Amino acid sequence: MSPLQAVPLFIAIPVAIMVVLGSTLTLIGALGFARLTSFYDRLHAPTLATSWGTGGIIIASALMFSVIEGRAVIHEFVIGLCIVVTTPVTLMMLARAALQRDRAERSPVLPEDMQLRPQHPEPPAQG
Amino acid sequence: MTRLVPHPVLSASLVLLWLMLTRFSLGYLILGTALSLVAGWAYSALHPAKPRVRRWRVIPRLVATLLWDIILSNINVARLLLTEGRGTRRSAFMQVPLKITDENALAVLAIILTATPGTAWLEYVADTGTLVLHIFDATQADHYRDVIGKTYEPMLMEIFE
Repeated sequence: MSPLQAVPLFIAIPVAIMVVLGSTLTLIGALGFARLTSFYDRLHAPTLATSWGTGGIIIASALMFSVIEGRAVIHEFVIGLCIVVTTPVTLMMLARAALQRDRAERSPVLPEDMQLRPQHPEPPAQG
Repeated sequence: MTRLVPHPVLSASLVLLWLMLTRFSLGYLILGTALSLVAGWAYSALHPAKPRVRRWRVIPRLVATLLWDIILSNINVARLLLTEGRGTRRSAFMQVPLKITDENALAVLAIILTATPGTAWLEYVADTGTLVLHIFDATQADHYRDVIGKTYEPMLMEIFE
C-alpha cells in the first residue's frame, strides 16, 4: 500500500480542497499577469500567487505530510514566511523603477499630481 | 547578557527555524543555538539600532486582521481578473498621508500591503510622510484609505511607537 492510500478520507478532502484552491488562485494570477496591459496593473496579479496561492498549497502539504509521517511537518511555513517577507523587496524595486521612468518621460499614464515626488516645493528645471 | 545575545528575538526565531528545518534532537538544538548566537552578533554589527516592540499582545490581532483581509481581497481580485477584466474596472494611483515614521513599522506595513492583493506599494516619501500606492480597483480607494488609516496604522503605532 502506498503512503498516499494510508491517508484517511477526512484528511484527504481538506488537502485536495487546499491544493485546488491554491493552484487555481496561482493560475488566475498568472492569467491576469498575461492579460493585463498596464505595468502597474500587472504588479497586482502575481500577489494572488504569493498570498493564498502559496498559502493553500503550503497548508495542504503540511497537513498531508504530518499525517503520513506521524509528526508535525511544518517547515513549509518557513517557505511561506520567506515569500511573504521578501516579495515586497522586488515588487517595490520594480514599482519605483517604473515610477521613476514614467516621471522622467512625463508619461501620460501618471495623473497630474503624481508627476513629481511629493516633497518638491517647486518643479525642478527638468523632470 | 545584552552583549552575549544582542537580538534575543532574532536568535530565538533562528533556533526555531533551524529546528523546523531539521528534526528535533539535542545535537541540532546545540548547533542551532550556536549558529543563531553568531548570527545575532553579525546582525548587531551590521544594524545596531534594535527594533523595539512595545506591545506584543497586539500582534495576534494584527495577524488575524491581515489573514482575513488577504482572503477577502484574494476573492475580490480573482473575481475582477476573471469577470470584468478589461471592461469596467479602472485602477488608480493613491496618496496616503502616514503618521507612522518608525522604519520597522513601515517595513511591516509594506509587507501587509504587498501581501494583500489589490494594493501595491509604489513609494514612501520620508520628507512629507506620504505613501504612494497603486490600487487595482479605483472604486475601493476610500476603503483602503480607511483600512490603512484606521486599522493598520493604529495597530502598528501601538506595537512600535
